[in-house]
Amino acid sequence: MTLKYSLKTALKGIQVNKSRASLTILGIVIGVTAIMLVMALGEGAHQLILGQIQGLGSKTIFIAPGRQPTGPSDFAQVFSDALKERDLALLERKTNVPNATRVLPIVFGGETILYGSETHRATIFGSSEPIAAVFDVSPAEGVFFTDDDVRGRAEVAVIGSKVKKELFGDSDAVGEKVKIKGRNFKVIGVLSPKGQASLFDFDDAAFIPYTAAQQYIFGIKYFHRFVVEADSEDAVPQTVLDIEATLRESHNITGTQKNDFFMETQTDMIERLGVVTNVLTLFLGSVAAISLIVGGIGIMNIMLVSVTERTREIGLRKAVGATNKDILYQFLLEAMALTATGGAIGIALGAVLSFITAIVLSNVIAMEWKFTFPISAALLGVGVSAAVGLVFGLYPARQASRKSPIEALRYE
Amino acid sequence: MPTTERKKEMYNENINTAYPLILVRGLTKTYVNEDIETPALRDASFSVEAGEFAAIMGPSGSGKSTLLHLLGFLDRHTSGEYRFDGKTIDDYSPDEIARLRNKKMGFVFQAFNLLPRTTVLENVKLPLLYSGTKEKEWDGLARAAIESVGLSHRIMHESSQLSGGEKQRVAIARALVNDPLIIFADEPTGNLDTRSGMAVIEILQWLNNEGRTIVLITHETELAECAKRIIIMRDGKIESDSPVGNRRKAADHFSK
Ligand SMILES: Nc1ncnc2c1ncn2[C@@H]1O[C@H](COP(=O)(O)OP(=O)(O)O)[C@@H](O)[C@H]1O
Ligand SMILES: [Mg+2]
Repeated sequence: MTLKYSLKTALKGIQVNKSRASLTILGIVIGVTAIMLVMALGEGAHQLILGQIQGLGSKTIFIAPGRQPTGPSDFAQVFSDALKERDLALLERKTNVPNATRVLPIVFGGETILYGSETHRATIFGSSEPIAAVFDVSPAEGVFFTDDDVRGRAEVAVIGSKVKKELFGDSDAVGEKVKIKGRNFKVIGVLSPKGQASLFDFDDAAFIPYTAAQQYIFGIKYFHRFVVEADSEDAVPQTVLDIEATLRESHNITGTQKNDFFMETQTDMIERLGVVTNVLTLFLGSVAAISLIVGGIGIMNIMLVSVTERTREIGLRKAVGATNKDILYQFLLEAMALTATGGAIGIALGAVLSFITAIVLSNVIAMEWKFTFPISAALLGVGVSAAVGLVFGLYPARQASRKSPIEALRYE
Repeated sequence: MPTTERKKEMYNENINTAYPLILVRGLTKTYVNEDIETPALRDASFSVEAGEFAAIMGPSGSGKSTLLHLLGFLDRHTSGEYRFDGKTIDDYSPDEIARLRNKKMGFVFQAFNLLPRTTVLENVKLPLLYSGTKEKEWDGLARAAIESVGLSHRIMHESSQLSGGEKQRVAIARALVNDPLIIFADEPTGNLDTRSGMAVIEILQWLNNEGRTIVLITHETELAECAKRIIIMRDGKIESDSPVGNRRKAADHFSK
């Protein structure tokens, strides 16, 4: 039998019992919809975080104390005091790290900022002047602090737009004094709003000279991070090696001893993100796939019923010359047409739902959540649902093909 | 109408002349269901030459359908010998048997067995689907077969919209569409009133006149006498096998 006619016969078989067919494919529809949703949301989340990482700049290298966390519970080493003032000076030396254009020390932590009777908790970044350039923030009013402020341990602060709004409302902030940890800091600048374009929310932060932050706020003599900016993206790998050599020497780490610091570049982060989102998508995807299997069993069930009901049709077809293979293909195609239809509806439904979700999410988290139609998920959905039809249609189709033609002749 | 214009001699060229078209020797069929043996056909022997019109008669349960299933290679015999066109069922693979049924045999059943929610045309086309005939020829062949049973005016009707007699004529057109050597009809008039039954028999008679071999099961003597020969069965055995002395002509309702 020609494929065209086989398909026509299969579709006819489905049309005969439309409402049963639509109930039957519901499981497949739900399964494929779920896969589409999971993959679309996974991709959206991936893009969102990717955008934030890229917002950090491709030339930037983050140095943190301790060992690279290997799992989510591995926080023990994070707050060690390995990064010292001495290291900062060594990294800034051109002979040690020739490709470094900027070296930033960073101390940070959440603190409450007071202005009059207003209070607001924000992230305090203690750093040096170039942080503004590295993270691409600039004051909308006033100025950023300078190297002199850093050297002089000046109690000055540049506040994010959200901090300003929370503490000052619409009135002027520049020139006013705010209290952090009981010390008065003079507001010298207010940053223009940035939106959460990177991993940090700079709108809800205050920047102060690191010297003042170490002394008056955190009471420490070490740093939480160094950020090194290389002169080009290509120089990043070499710079990483230079930093490692410099810090190992400074920390007296030799031979096979492990580093007491670790570095992360944008590439590392993107790689790590890829692993995380892939694992997550795969996991959620397989949960969705289970519903496809359930749907497949439904298909098998209904196909078995259909084979029994159509015993006479099968016998007749055999009497007029259908081979076992013809009958097998007819019912297999019918099962696959059912699941493929379910798959197609699932893809459409999944696309619509993930589009709506993208809009809702964008509004709820006030971030730009991009809707991307997951073509790979669509193809996967079609492929998997056809495969489900093949696998779960095979048994009923075999039953059909093995029926004896004389059953059609027996009159009930 | 290719089917009507064919002459007897043309069929004889196609077939193995060393054997009769149907050769049955000591044929026995015993059904076995859950250790219960039902002997349905016992030691039957006869032959049917190409171009014959044989009627098989006998009370219900005497083994007529069983015999017809064996003749149509729809079932396998228990012992004895059956040759169709010189060959036994074991000379063929299952696919070759399907092809044989498709090309050389036509079946008409008591229950019509038309596909529901399907037009007359599509029903008649069904054997063509499995025939390897080029698709562009299907329509012409099916229409010719439908015309030969006088149903051209019903061609686009669904099978459920037809009367019993019309349904059986569609079934005959379906049996004819691949231009078979032989038509097996198992009580084709069993569900019909006398008038439509006669119309069906008349078509069979006319097909026989055109040179086609017919094996007809019926238990109405009047209809059986339209054949050239009557085989009477009882309890799975052939009781008698004799030519029809005074052959009836089916009433002239049908031919114009
Ligand atoms: N598939 C079967 N299994 C068991 N017994 C059967 C089967 N088909 C027919 N029979 C029995 O075989 C005998 C002959 O049946 P059948 O050939 O249908 O008779 P007829 O067509 O002459 O009425 C009956 O006794 C019937 O009950
Ligand atoms: Mg019978």
